[in-house]
Amino acid sequence: MQNIDQILADHPFMKGLDAFHIAQLAEMASTATFSASQYIFRSGDFADRCYLLRQGHVAVEIFDARRGPIIVETIGEPNVIGWSWLVEPYNWCFDARAVELTRAVVLDAAQLRNACENDHRFGFEILKRFTQVFAQRLHAARFQLLDVYGANG
Amino acid sequence: MIAVATDPMVPQPFRIHKTKPENADTFTFELAPVNGAKRSAFQPGQFNMLYVYGVGEVAISISGDPANPNTLVHTTRAVGTVTKRMKKLKGGAVLGVRGPFGTYWPLKEAEGNDILIVTGGIGLAPLRPALYYVLANRTQYGRVVLLYGARTPGDILYRRELESWRGKLDLEVHVTVDRATGTWRGNVGVVTSLINRAPFDPENTVALVCGPEVMMQFTMQELEKKGVPADHVFLSMERNMKCALGFCGHCQWGPKFVCRDGPVFRYDLVEDLLTRRGI
Amino acid sequence: MFVLRHARLDDLLDALKRRGFTLVGPVVRDGAIVYDVIASSSDLPIGYTHQQDAGSYHLIEAHDGAFFGYTVGPHSWKQYLNPPRTRLWKAKGSANGFEIVQENANVPRYAFIGVRACELNAIAILDRVFLQGSAVDFEYRRRREHAFILAVDCTRPGGTCFCASMNAGPQARSGFDLALTEVFDNGEHYFTVVCGSERGDEVLGELCLEEASEPERQAAKHSIEEAGRHMGRKMETAGLAELLASRVEHPHWEVVAKRCLTCGNCTLVCPTCFCSNVEDVTDLAGAFAERWRTWDSCFTLDYSYIHGGNVRKTAVSRYRQWLTHKLSSWHSQFEMSGCVGCGRCITWCPVGIDLTEEVRVLRDGATAVTIGTEKGVPDAKH
Ligand SMILES: Cc1cc2nc3c(=O)[nH]c(=O)nc-3n(C[C@H](O)[C@H](O)[C@H](O)COP(=O)(O)OP(=O)(O)OC[C@H]3O[C@@H](n4cnc5c(N)ncnc54)[C@H](O)[C@@H]3O)c2cc1C
Ligand code: SF4
Ligand code: SF4
Ligand code: FES
Repeated sequence: MQNIDQILADHPFMKGLDAFHIAQLAEMASTATFSASQYIFRSGDFADRCYLLRQGHVAVEIFDARRGPIIVETIGEPNVIGWSWLVEPYNWCFDARAVELTRAVVLDAAQLRNACENDHRFGFEILKRFTQVFAQRLHAARFQLLDVYGANG
Repeated sequence: MIAVATDPMVPQPFRIHKTKPENADTFTFELAPVNGAKRSAFQPGQFNMLYVYGVGEVAISISGDPANPNTLVHTTRAVGTVTKRMKKLKGGAVLGVRGPFGTYWPLKEAEGNDILIVTGGIGLAPLRPALYYVLANRTQYGRVVLLYGARTPGDILYRRELESWRGKLDLEVHVTVDRATGTWRGNVGVVTSLINRAPFDPENTVALVCGPEVMMQFTMQELEKKGVPADHVFLSMERNMKCALGFCGHCQWGPKFVCRDGPVFRYDLVEDLLTRRGI
Repeated sequence: MFVLRHARLDDLLDALKRRGFTLVGPVVRDGAIVYDVIASSSDLPIGYTHQQDAGSYHLIEAHDGAFFGYTVGPHSWKQYLNPPRTRLWKAKGSANGFEIVQENANVPRYAFIGVRACELNAIAILDRVFLQGSAVDFEYRRRREHAFILAVDCTRPGGTCFCASMNAGPQARSGFDLALTEVFDNGEHYFTVVCGSERGDEVLGELCLEEASEPERQAAKHSIEEAGRHMGRKMETAGLAELLASRVEHPHWEVVAKRCLTCGNCTLVCPTCFCSNVEDVTDLAGAFAERWRTWDSCFTLDYSYIHGGNVRKTAVSRYRQWLTHKLSSWHSQFEMSGCVGCGRCITWCPVGIDLTEEVRVLRDGATAVTIGTEKGVPDAKH
């Protein structure tokens, strides 16, 4: 079994972070495994964690009363899911469900926020990485909105 | 002046031998010449002009196996006047065919490289012959990756074939859809998001791209970010076509005639055109 | 070089008729000089000329007895070589399909009388498009291969002419069977004649003409040179193709587009615009189907339609397509300019848009608005 420091240091999301900060992250980290179809979090719930995917695939869903769950996007390793911990009032906006066996490093959101507040240099490093995620998702969402293969595609 | 025996504007009659619905609005025809004449070979990426008796003529890519040019295969999406009428045709009906026309995917030149195919919607049709060819000459290529985007799981073309290809270790197939319900176990999201995760060596990759124009623009950005050289990227364009011979002017795209200089273009040669509006 | 006395012009026309040619030449009709079938020299616009400017055309009686004292009107030879409507083929429907019925409809053997130097160049351009590419257009070839071309040099350029800038006139240099220069000199009225083909030679042989004298040659040469010096318009062509290719985003396109009605007149009168559309028709019972080719214009919206929308939605993009095709992308496509400087598009533009002016502004890279040359709708038709 790899130790958690090593897993964090190897994860592309944390690439470039110095050993001190990796060690700091390791203190708030644990690992988790989700079986296929298992919900990782549900919209409206308190967002007290974030997940660095190591294996598997997660569907980000919205539940529609008539149509049931609608998959908005799927996210695979080595991506990150969960950014609601950064945005007040810290509630999940979507459901996240493992599509297949999924393993992740889980970071405790309260500790992570604290660490960022206390050490702004570290905080900025973390924020830069999450901003990348926002930008990518926004870009993809806009592209998806165009419905390029639809009636006018 | 090149001497030609037959008028290139006159269609040749072909009979539909087999029809197959692919999804709600897309169908595949297998055709053979009515008079039993041998077909000239075609190159993956080329297209034909298909004529529906009394209705009109449309440009449709050849989507069959280049090793078997005697069966002409076309996959068409019914979108307008001609293609909707075409969809109603049954086995035994006759279509007019002119072609093959246009430039093609540089598969010979791509030997020794990884092949990355990025495609969306009906854009898979002109790339299927390239896949047949690459699989038939598999040892000539490095990794072969197919990234395909569709609107919903029900819109995915050639589904069974994709599944059988996916089963092969020497071909990676990743499919993503724009929207899906909870029963879909595959990817949801735009096709460009697959590029980041696809295993290929950017510097030694030849990328073949076909899909809606916006999708191709996004794909070009993503490939550039990944470091695929622009002169290793090829894309297939669509424009209004009335003749496919350089006579009617309709397919002009800046200085290019898409029918004659395309439909397959090397990206670095048309980069300016792809990003400009109303050209 | 030979000399043909003006009274003998009909001998030349008769020789062509004897060879089975249908003569097509300039005639006065509806207040303009247009091309139509002619029987003899008396059908020619004798003593007529016209005055042209941006958006205006006036037919004028000059009473000078000249057969070819005009330049070019709204017609061009493309209407005979690539007619506005051509049937490409006909098919017969049957229970289990259809069959193409190949019909070789008779195409007249035309002799074009009075083809100007710019028009010879325009025909050479159409030859390049329809005969010398990777495919041959059979319909064009059927009309083109028999056509006899009797060229006539321009000695009085018009107000919108700039063939000299385009290296396309005023003198006929090649692409003709016979070329005439009409000369008025010391009360004499004659044509000097140059032969450009074997067919031309044969026709001349029948006429037993005298060699032109040195003074006659000089007089002809002089009148052409004079013409070259009096072009109504000018266009700087050095580096133009590359320049326009780099001016895709110039603010001046907006300025022109505000004036442009996207009526397509310029493309209809232009002797080199070749774009076409196709129409598929059937009889009511569906027993026969036909495919027709018709002239089209890049100024229409449908021209660029693909499923989902029109590629060139705005007047800006369509005017830009037209101008850059003529003067820039034509070079990449056919290794030549698409403009021969005939001035028709300037004269027949209802709002007087003048491509030589537009090019000047685009060249400058300036954002200034061009001085309007609008003269309203031409009232030539009275
Ligand atoms: C190289 C190439 C390869 C292609 N390959 C494929 C393929 O493999 N499969 C596929 O499904 N599609 C393919 N297409 C797209 C296909 O050609 C179009 O979807 C098809 O032409 C649509 O024809 P339609 O008549 O059904 O549609 P419409 O949208 O009805 O009409 C398209 C045509 O009709 C004309 N038209 C429409 N309305 C008007 C009007 N009001 N006035 C005048 N003209 C009008 C347009 O000018 C156009 O030519 C390809 C296109 C190109 C250029
Ligand atoms: S663009 Fe205008 S001037 Fe040039 S050939 Fe055409 S009509 Fe004549
Ligand atoms: S200017 Fe327009 S109509 Fe004329 S040839 Fe070019 S595209 Fe065709
Ligand atoms: S389709 Fe007619 S010129 Fe290209």
